[in-house]
Amino acid sequence: MFRTALRTVLAHKLRLLMTMLAVLLGVAFVAGTLVFTATMDKGLRDSSSKDYAGISVAVTTTGASARDADQGKRPDGVSDALLGRLGRLDGVASAQPVLTGFTGVADAKHNLIGGSSFGTYGGNYAPVGAGHTDPRYHFTSGAAPTGAGQVALDAKTAKDGGYRVGDTVDVAVTGPVMHEKLAGIFTTQDGNVASGGTLTLFDTATAQKLFLAPGLSGGVNLRAAPGTSQQQLLDRVNTAIKGQSGLEAKTAQQLIDDQAKQISAGMSTMNTIFLSFAGVALFVGIFLIANTFTMLVAQRTRELALLRAIGASRRQVTRSVLIEAVIVGVVSSVVGYLVGLGLSLGMRSLISSNGGNLPNNPLVITPTSVISALAVGIVITVLSAWLPARRAAKIPPVAAMSSSDAPPKQRSLIVRNAIGAFFVAVGGALIALGLHSSGSTGQKALTLGGGAAVGLVGIIVLTPLISRPVIGAFTPLLSMFGVSGRLAKRNSLRNPRRTAATATALMIGLTLMSALGVVVTSLKSGIAAAATDGIRADYSISNANFTPMDQSVVAKVKQVPGIAAASGTERADVTIDGKQPEVNAMDTTVLSQLFHVDRISGTVGALSPSQIAVSDKTAAKEHWRTGQSVTVKLPDGSSRQAVVSGTYKGGPGLPATMVDRTMLSGHTFKEPVERVFVKAAPGKAGSALKSDIKEALGNSPIVQVQTRDDLLNSFNTQIDQVLYMVYGLLGMSVVVAVIGVVNTMAMSVFERSREIGMLRAIGLDRRRVKRMVRLESLVISVFGALLGMGAGTFLAWAAGRLIKPSFATYAMKVPWSQYGIFFGAALVVGVLAALWPARRAARLNALEAIKSD
Amino acid sequence: MTTTQPPFATTGESSAAARATALTKVYGEGETRVVALDGIDVEFSRGQFTAIMGPSGSGKSTLMHCMAGLDAITSGSATIGDVELSRLKDKHLTRLRRDRIGFVFQSFNLVPTLTAIENITLTMDIAGRKPDSQWLDQIVDTVGLRDRLKHRPGQLSGGQQQRVACARALAGRPEIVFADEPTGNLDSRSGAEILSFLRESARSFGQTVVMVTHDAVAASYADRVLFLADGRLVDELVAPSADRVLERMKQFDGKGRTS
Ligand SMILES: Nc1ncnc2c1ncn2[C@@H]1O[C@H](COP(=O)(O)OP(=O)(O)OP(=O)(O)O)[C@@H](O)[C@H]1O
Ligand SMILES: [Mg+2]
Repeated sequence: MFRTALRTVLAHKLRLLMTMLAVLLGVAFVAGTLVFTATMDKGLRDSSSKDYAGISVAVTTTGASARDADQGKRPDGVSDALLGRLGRLDGVASAQPVLTGFTGVADAKHNLIGGSSFGTYGGNYAPVGAGHTDPRYHFTSGAAPTGAGQVALDAKTAKDGGYRVGDTVDVAVTGPVMHEKLAGIFTTQDGNVASGGTLTLFDTATAQKLFLAPGLSGGVNLRAAPGTSQQQLLDRVNTAIKGQSGLEAKTAQQLIDDQAKQISAGMSTMNTIFLSFAGVALFVGIFLIANTFTMLVAQRTRELALLRAIGASRRQVTRSVLIEAVIVGVVSSVVGYLVGLGLSLGMRSLISSNGGNLPNNPLVITPTSVISALAVGIVITVLSAWLPARRAAKIPPVAAMSSSDAPPKQRSLIVRNAIGAFFVAVGGALIALGLHSSGSTGQKALTLGGGAAVGLVGIIVLTPLISRPVIGAFTPLLSMFGVSGRLAKRNSLRNPRRTAATATALMIGLTLMSALGVVVTSLKSGIAAAATDGIRADYSISNANFTPMDQSVVAKVKQVPGIAAASGTERADVTIDGKQPEVNAMDTTVLSQLFHVDRISGTVGALSPSQIAVSDKTAAKEHWRTGQSVTVKLPDGSSRQAVVSGTYKGGPGLPATMVDRTMLSGHTFKEPVERVFVKAAPGKAGSALKSDIKEALGNSPIVQVQTRDDLLNSFNTQIDQVLYMVYGLLGMSVVVAVIGVVNTMAMSVFERSREIGMLRAIGLDRRRVKRMVRLESLVISVFGALLGMGAGTFLAWAAGRLIKPSFATYAMKVPWSQYGIFFGAALVVGVLAALWPARRAARLNALEAIKSD
Repeated sequence: MTTTQPPFATTGESSAAARATALTKVYGEGETRVVALDGIDVEFSRGQFTAIMGPSGSGKSTLMHCMAGLDAITSGSATIGDVELSRLKDKHLTRLRRDRIGFVFQSFNLVPTLTAIENITLTMDIAGRKPDSQWLDQIVDTVGLRDRLKHRPGQLSGGQQQRVACARALAGRPEIVFADEPTGNLDSRSGAEILSFLRESARSFGQTVVMVTHDAVAASYADRVLFLADGRLVDELVAPSADRVLERMKQFDGKGRTS
């Protein structure tokens, strides 16, 4: 049996080529993902354990403490006194204070070195031990910074900036630019620097002042003396830091394990994302594979009937087809895995060449990745061939006697249509239920999503039925192409199942793409509305990575001529009557110049230190009324009485609760500013003012001055990047679908070679034979694209109904230009997919066709 | 004929619809070399219904294919009207077949997705010509398919399908119609219908018809019968009767038929 199957596969290898390619691509995608993430996981773990070399126990601040500091609370940390105590603990060889924070370095043109604000860090140089050096850094020129006004840079950053020891370097930590002297240039094993980040070193005292507070360090790295275990040291450290808020101690091993866990979690997220796209591609492949085996079985009706006639059982016939599928699956999966290895290498160099330095360790090939990738390929192939194999078994032995090998009678579509209609009905009902029920948003989303999925399955089942009217609608267009057009139309309706399966494969990718396109476009316009509706200011100033800025930025901006009003907004950690609504502090005397605020009651602008203004939503939620007295707990822990002075209509861009910054002054640590909003004097807004503001801030590399359009564009760019990446990943399934069209057209040409030969004999020229094939391919592609865009738009509409309640400015927008591109792409796909089949058809010899009588 | 037509070589004579002179066709080389046609001289006069007979492998189909521009000839010449085929490239050959030749094959004559009437007018559709509706009516009535015109080939019997094929072959008023065993797959009654139709088209409409057949009765419908053996024209009967054809065929049986 195996031998017969193998021989059949070999005999049909050209006809199986496209099927194999589809399985191969799917498996390669899966294998590439698995190998890439396994390799990255190993590489990152290795480099992370390097980061903890020479550390036994580390004391760190908890994550919550950093957030509190951004909201005006005094940060937690290790005081110099505690540092001293830790250093004197029994069994401690050295105790090194650790500080780290966002630090940008400017090049000569005032641009941030490293491009993006991610991975640009600053730290402290902390000499320890007998050698009085910091073992983490090795200086190649100059020396370590020893006081305020001095910095050291890692070698790559110094080179990128063109800086040499002794030069003045523009550095910024919290916004305003600092002109520092470059004391030294170093190399380091630091993971962040290794992966392309920049590192600026200060001496510990300066770093404390910049990143936390004088005399306070973010953490301590302790090295145990010989004879003291990590665990022993940890116990002693834990006793020493007992009662200190926001501090925790861990052994290096724990930290390595934590990091490993984090890396693995990140990798598994990545795995899930990529694998789900691979899943879509494989799902699309199912249609192609099923098509192929259906056609192969149909073409071999007589042969299979003969097998049955001479005594093969139904099960044997089924099995012989399935064995063929297994052979196809195994061959393409093995090749696919190898291609996947190449893919993961390619992925790494692609990321590396775009600036992300990834560890360069050898590929990690795990048994799991081999087994799962191969299993996926084989199972998909066999599953897809299962129905055709069952059908093969149903061929009656008498079929062998039939004199003509006319194509087998088409099975009726009645059952299929009934099933499809049922699915569509259930899906529609679920969607209606999800839209109109009064459950929680989560429940609604689930019902709606389920309904959409079921409805989509229904539509896929119904495609053969839909194909007739839709393709029928192309008739006027096709008849412009004369006989070729007419024949193409008839041919595409000839086997509705096959046309439908081929078009469906294309539809799936396009459904997802268009749904995503609509939702994202709508989100973008919603965000634009939100950003422009609430804000009246001309400029918004913020740190490139959105960490808070120093209060001094506000004062500097206010001095720029041509500015009418400016205020920083501060996120304040304030408790009002025991509740913690979002509270923003600002200069409320200029409130109406910077924001659109619709007052509902009382006073909203120019608040006194003992007044708060709340949005209508917050007022309703917390049952606060104008004139009501409330107790306010400030960031430093002190309390005061205040009055609800007024309410305003809440909206995008406006906080839930507003206080004047005078209420906070003296009660916050450092007064970190989130953003500074600036209104230009009448007629002054423009690029000149913008560069004046930048100038006033010393052209700080990390501060961005954005107009409203800049703000929108930066959102849009980020959203678009994600969108295009997802399009790219979905592109894989489109590629498989294109292979499917090629496959179908090649099969059709093969099946109809006699008919085409006859047409050639009676005078259809090569050009028009080609055109006939091309038009059929176009009809299928366009049909699939239209289905996909239709279904996608519908899905997006349903999703929009869910988004709307929690996003007031969301309004459905169809990205017509993108749809135009999709449609154009479908035309290109149709023409490209037909290239090879059309060429084959045109080369068919009229004589051969007639002679095979 | 439009001006885009190729410069057909003109022989000057145009009494014959088609003509072969020293037509030779050789397949393969060396060991597998087969001389399918060995210097054939033949003329098919206008309005004449010719049957070609001969043992299997004698070259009947090859002769037809060469005369119809479906197969390249090795040496000699073949002309349709006054056009020399051997000088034409594929593009012009295709146009020649389309405009000046009609075909009826043994089976698989029709495009399964087109209705009967669409099949009949297919050649003219390809040529972009409007069918002559009077002529079309006449043909449709002659083949007796008026009530079947909207049917697809799958809904027609074998005999009906062959009649549609005949109608298509004639619809474009070609110079010559070639039919290779057009009744080979039919029962005698259906076969008789086809043959009567071919004879009728020659007699009433002056259509030149060349038909390959193995059946003496079928051959007896023709105006003359040519006998082929081993790639050579060996005999000719004018106004044949089935008995005389059978008589002549028996002489070949002595040499042994291969099928
Ligand atoms: N493509 C080819 N390659 C090689 N030899 C061929 C080819 N086609 C035909 N022949 C040979 O040419 C000879 C004539 O074949 P042809 O098909 O013309 O015979 P025929 O008279 O039509 O026979 P039949 O009555 O069986 O149809 C035969 O010997 C055949 O083997
Ligand atoms: Mg023959």
